[in-house]
Amino acid sequence: MFVARHIAADHKDLIHDVSFDFHGRRMATCSSDQSVKVWDKSESGDWHCTASWKTHSGSVWRVTWAHPEFGQVLASCSFDRTAAVWEEIVGESNDKLRGQSHWVKRTTLVDSRTSVTDVKFAPKHMGLMLATCSADGIVRIYEAPDVMNLSQWSLQHEISCKLSCSCISWNPSSSRAHSPMIAVGSDDSSPNAMAKVQIFEYNENTRKYAKAETLMTVTDPVHDIAFAPNLGRSFHILAIATKDVRIFTLKPVRKELTSSGGPTKFEIHIVAQFDNHNSQVWRVSWNITGTVLASSGDDGCVRLWKANYMDNWKCTGILKGNGSPVNGNSQQGNSNPSLGSNIPNLQNSLNGSSSG
Amino acid sequence: MEEMHQVAIAAKDPAIGRQFSSQVSILSAMELIWNLCEILFIEVAPAGALLLHLLDWVRLHVCEVDSLLADVLGSENPSKHDSFWKLVTILVLQGRLDEARQMLSKEADASPSSAGMCRILGDLMRTMPVLSPGNTQTLTELELKWQHWHEECERHLQDSTFAASPHLESLCKIMLGDEAALLEQKELLNNWYHFLVTRLLYSHPTVKPIDLHLYAQSSLDLFLGGESSPEPLDNILLAAFEFDIHQVIKECSIALSNWWFVAHLTDLLDHCKLLQSHNLYFGSNMREFLLLEYASGLFAHHSLWQLGVDYFDYCPELGRVSLELHIERIPLSTEQKALKVLRICEQRQMTEQVRSICKILAMNAVRNNRLGSALSWSIRAKDAAFATLVSDRFLKDYCERGSFSDLDLIDNLGPAMMLSDRLTFLGKYREFHRFYGEKRLTDAASLLLSLMTSQIAPRSFWVILLIDALPLLEEKEVVFSAEQTYELMRCLEDFASRRPVWREPGVQRIQEDVENTKLEMLRLALARNLGRAIIKEGSLEGS
Repeated sequence: MFVARHIAADHKDLIHDVSFDFHGRRMATCSSDQSVKVWDKSESGDWHCTASWKTHSGSVWRVTWAHPEFGQVLASCSFDRTAAVWEEIVGESNDKLRGQSHWVKRTTLVDSRTSVTDVKFAPKHMGLMLATCSADGIVRIYEAPDVMNLSQWSLQHEISCKLSCSCISWNPSSSRAHSPMIAVGSDDSSPNAMAKVQIFEYNENTRKYAKAETLMTVTDPVHDIAFAPNLGRSFHILAIATKDVRIFTLKPVRKELTSSGGPTKFEIHIVAQFDNHNSQVWRVSWNITGTVLASSGDDGCVRLWKANYMDNWKCTGILKGNGSPVNGNSQQGNSNPSLGSNIPNLQNSLNGSSSG
Repeated sequence: MEEMHQVAIAAKDPAIGRQFSSQVSILSAMELIWNLCEILFIEVAPAGALLLHLLDWVRLHVCEVDSLLADVLGSENPSKHDSFWKLVTILVLQGRLDEARQMLSKEADASPSSAGMCRILGDLMRTMPVLSPGNTQTLTELELKWQHWHEECERHLQDSTFAASPHLESLCKIMLGDEAALLEQKELLNNWYHFLVTRLLYSHPTVKPIDLHLYAQSSLDLFLGGESSPEPLDNILLAAFEFDIHQVIKECSIALSNWWFVAHLTDLLDHCKLLQSHNLYFGSNMREFLLLEYASGLFAHHSLWQLGVDYFDYCPELGRVSLELHIERIPLSTEQKALKVLRICEQRQMTEQVRSICKILAMNAVRNNRLGSALSWSIRAKDAAFATLVSDRFLKDYCERGSFSDLDLIDNLGPAMMLSDRLTFLGKYREFHRFYGEKRLTDAASLLLSLMTSQIAPRSFWVILLIDALPLLEEKEVVFSAEQTYELMRCLEDFASRRPVWREPGVQRIQEDVENTKLEMLRLALARNLGRAIIKEGSLEGS
């Protein structure tokens, strides 16, 4: 059912993040060797490295693609306390022949005083906007008012989380019924820091982001967090990578007329908790429709989780990081793929050593 | 499936051959399950007819018989053929008694010593009561007749009629439904469901549907004999014999690696209103759930995604939104593919997806400096802002190079020109050039003037428009009327007084000087033209 393909990455140090573009044909990797590499998938399905360049003066923690409506744009963030935005320049014809492309830095965001741990672009209906989070516990939201000029970004919001942040996720829902929402996870290990996941929502009246919820039950360090794409549900689904895999639903509580100015209140339920990795879970990632969740952990495995039509979540597949099959997975019987059953555009990343 | 079978046999590489073979076996298994479901759930055959359908089912899926039959019959001495008795046994096991009788008559002809026994057995075969379609017997009548026939066979066995021929005796036992005799033929039966059907044929031909599962379970147990455990396929078939539709679907989902079979089977059962009768709560949701799964899987494929679109169309609740999410992600590797995707979106009024996809294409075109392409995508996206941007780029290119690219596109904009002011200007300016080229000078003049006075010309372009007036003013005939000339003069002074710095600072002063010279020439030409125009108009009035 799944085909594993090895790619010799040639990064000189640990790879911290892997990110696919919107169409699943380009991939970016970033590493402690301070560089970012961009890979393109050829017609035959092989991945070729079309760009590799030094991006920061410290380990690069995350890399992410903007929506293709804005062109070919990447953002990266690093231990060197900065985040950067990069744009691909269509090169000379001899570059094209060699299969190489150039990326230029459009802007550096230097407001953080500590390591920037995550950077994510906002949903495209919000314009060209991105959020960063840092070890100093501040989430910063930047906007480029002119999408054709990527060198001009202005800091729009600074949200103080009071805890060292490790990951952020924008709610991709573009429904008018939902205000922009961002979830922040923390890996703060200080004894005072209890609840490690906070949800902030944009308030139209105050024009600011205000805290809407804290997930009190998540008290272990959080490594990754991801809102699921919304197929028209009235509630949100949030996946969390911590000492196990957890999936929460957040149902907006109907606002009373009197408190219409405040942030939405949510009913929070945990719908799944899986400790199958039996170790720290480092990444969680959803498929396009938000029906399958992938998680990766220190056990070197990637696990896929799916809800059946009764909304019960179960493991539907296990992949080993080195590509070998795992015995005892939940799908038995004939395993020949008659029609490709790969999950489209599965975005996933493994925290671990460089491959190849 | 036949083809795949051929390919499997012909494959030179054993690994590929194995792969094809296993795929053939998967497909055969699916067909087996599907047909059984048709018989049990959809035809809902009652007792009597049920067995006939099951017999057909078994005969359909055990295909070696016909080739063996042809082999034996084709040989010189059929009854001396190695596989003769094997063939006759199989025919009896499959209830094809007429053909078995024919075989026996050949044996009778060939060895007169057993002719008598063959004839008797042949008669038994001929007289076995069967329910034929169109027969007006009731089930009870049939049972009675069958009981008599069964007793007659039993008598022959007791009388040792066939003692001389072990083959014939074993055939008689089979026809009596003797389990031990049947189990001896395990190899020929090949699987437990064949065993089940043969067993039913010769011991309980009027079996009722509700009793089926009892015989199924015991047949499976007897056949496996504790030596091996049931395989997934066996579990699926058992669930079908138990009329447990949900179990069938569940087992199929687990056993098969993709959703194709389950989605279609569920869909069929749902259309027959079978799922709903089982459980109203999630019956219809399950169908949609499975169809959505299957369709999503199709979208991963570079060309099968088009099928996925159709499947999503048939999912009333989540089909549309699923399609919206999936279709945006299709990589647009060629223009053809992009147009296909857009057509699908436009047919379904998915305007946001159309806009987004066109924007992505337009952006890509601008990055690659394919301005014409960018413009046409912007127009299709109805994206006024981007159209303005691209038009500006066209105009900038013109300023730098003195000519337009993509003339075809700009000349044929039509009503799309109205999308944005800048685009309208671009189109009209090009029209001006065309008029001039066609020597329609008065038209060109009026157009040029209106471009200047209508405020849609970008500031940065005014100087070009003004300088464009020069050749018109220097024509032999008077092109601009007096009034038009006054207008032009006003524009010129307007422009001169508010010269915008539209070029980047640091551009040579030479550029500015050239401009100034041209503007001086323009003033002169305008003055001259004014004079000529007044004279011309005065003369016409006069005479």
